[in-house]
Amino acid sequence: MTTTTKKSSTGASGDGPAPMQRTLLTGSLPRYFAPALLAGVAIVTGGLLFALGTFSIPLFAVFTVVTYTVLVTLASARIESGRKAKDRLVTAVVYTCFGLAMVPLISLLWTVARMGVVRLDGYFLTVSMNGVTPTMDAGGVYHAIVGTIAITGFAALVSIPIGLMTAIYLVEYGRGRLKNAITFFVDVMTGIPSIVAGLFVVALWMVFFGPGTTNGAAGAVALSVLMIPVVVRSCEEMIRLVPNELREASYALGVPKWLTVVKVVLPTAIAGITTGIMLAIARVIGETAPLILTAGSSAVAINWNLFDGQMMSLPVFIYSQVRMGDAINYERAWAAALTLILIVMLLFFVARLVSRFFAPKFGR
Amino acid sequence: MAKRIDVSGLHVYYGDFKAVEDVSMTIEPRAVTAFIGSSGCGKSTFLRALNRMHEVAPNARVEGKVMLDDQDIYAPDVDPVAVRREIGMVFQRPNPFPTMSIYDNVIAGAKLNNQRLGRTEADDIVERSLHGANLWEEVKDRLSKPGAGLSGGQQQRLCIARAIAVEPAVLLMDEPCSALDPISTLAIEDLIAKLKENYTICIVTHNMQQAARVSDQTAFFNLAGTGKPGRLIEMDETNKIFTKPDKKETENYITGRFG
Repeated sequence: MTTTTKKSSTGASGDGPAPMQRTLLTGSLPRYFAPALLAGVAIVTGGLLFALGTFSIPLFAVFTVVTYTVLVTLASARIESGRKAKDRLVTAVVYTCFGLAMVPLISLLWTVARMGVVRLDGYFLTVSMNGVTPTMDAGGVYHAIVGTIAITGFAALVSIPIGLMTAIYLVEYGRGRLKNAITFFVDVMTGIPSIVAGLFVVALWMVFFGPGTTNGAAGAVALSVLMIPVVVRSCEEMIRLVPNELREASYALGVPKWLTVVKVVLPTAIAGITTGIMLAIARVIGETAPLILTAGSSAVAINWNLFDGQMMSLPVFIYSQVRMGDAINYERAWAAALTLILIVMLLFFVARLVSRFFAPKFGR
Repeated sequence: MAKRIDVSGLHVYYGDFKAVEDVSMTIEPRAVTAFIGSSGCGKSTFLRALNRMHEVAPNARVEGKVMLDDQDIYAPDVDPVAVRREIGMVFQRPNPFPTMSIYDNVIAGAKLNNQRLGRTEADDIVERSLHGANLWEEVKDRLSKPGAGLSGGQQQRLCIARAIAVEPAVLLMDEPCSALDPISTLAIEDLIAKLKENYTICIVTHNMQQAARVSDQTAFFNLAGTGKPGRLIEMDETNKIFTKPDKKETENYITGRFG
């Protein structure tokens, strides 16, 4: 703005170039300026690095981004206004941060997919490690998938009712000190390190079943200790979002409170509740430490029984394979990691379907 | 079907705060009674106390007596749920249930109470209630569509249909037109005139022309001062309130010379 005004005033006084026509576009860089500049900078830095013989992708990215940010800010400050220069600077910084955040994510997914597909096939998914020596070119993760599904499923079975009902209590019924106490303890529980949850169950099982008892149920209980606070928190938020008007509409029809909760509040919040529960499951399905302590780390056979004997799970399988350290073990670990990611993605896909099916509808 | 409401010496409190003080009035059956007054003067609170909806707020309580014909709605063993089945309510903002179709919204009272309805019985209730709410012609071809997809005025009439589907004796309306355009408002007002043949109707409104148009009786509420409870100033035939009210305060309010 300032630059423009100065120019037109010098133009008007007659000793500068011909008077400039002021339009809405005066003093703004053309739209293609930023992308063009970025492309130009990329070509120049790329060329320079090649010429110096030191080309590498990280170096190239850093030089390009820094040079572009400096240039675009300077150009904008000179031709446009100070406000626009700040805007371009912050835009560049925000995009850079976004890119930085995406780097580990993409790299992780790419690495897992690339390393995982080497061994991931029907055979790998359908056989256990029973009778397979660590370095033999055989064996699979079926027993670990079974364990993960059984343990996580049982943990969800325990945690979802407890968590959901706690959330309902906190929003719909709770008052005063009991409510505050529960909120406080749920917060504290959210922060429990997973290994501590594992130790807690080890101690609990020692009291009830004697020392050294490891089984799937112990693992499931350890996971529910971690899962319940997450379920409570997310369900609480979702139930709180249900407008009070809907509750009042229901009361005004002579519907008792408990039926209002069951048939109005929960169906309205079901999409959010499902997502929250899925997030909680995703949070615990990758837990390793508490499962090593409680469900054991040496099971090789298929075991569907939560109450008898050790149970392998995918994260623990990955851990124990990596510890063995041979090439074949790494292949198995990567394939198991890919399996775990695929299971989580499948869960999210199902959750999306559920929410879409039940969510409030606004069509005409 | 329509019942008389007799209120005597009603005080409404929110915790220690007294919101409404010492209201006594008789609300006639098969007539429309309008409550007017400035914001915060307790008319909505009073309306909600008539079907015990104020109890939704924690610490709310009342003193005094509200008789529905010969039954005391605040008698010790009376369940507020039973009171609300007799005295229905329509709210300021239309609030159809977003998870339900138009059809299900109308029979929500029965559905949410786990009552089993036969298919033909349910169809009858839906058609009768939607006719009653002047909405049947507009929605009869899309009863299975979501209720939230209707326009604001249609949604409000859907809410009225939902309220009359449970066949209450009294219908309370808390500013039912304040979120609606003039055309929809007119539709609701016509509907109120029709509904009063069968129901006792109480309506809270900020629109004095509306009170004058639709009501038979008008009650004027006002605050004694900031932080003081709201009181009933005057209640009479609507004609009289708007032409020659007994109290100076009422006259000031309806002529716009306030305070």
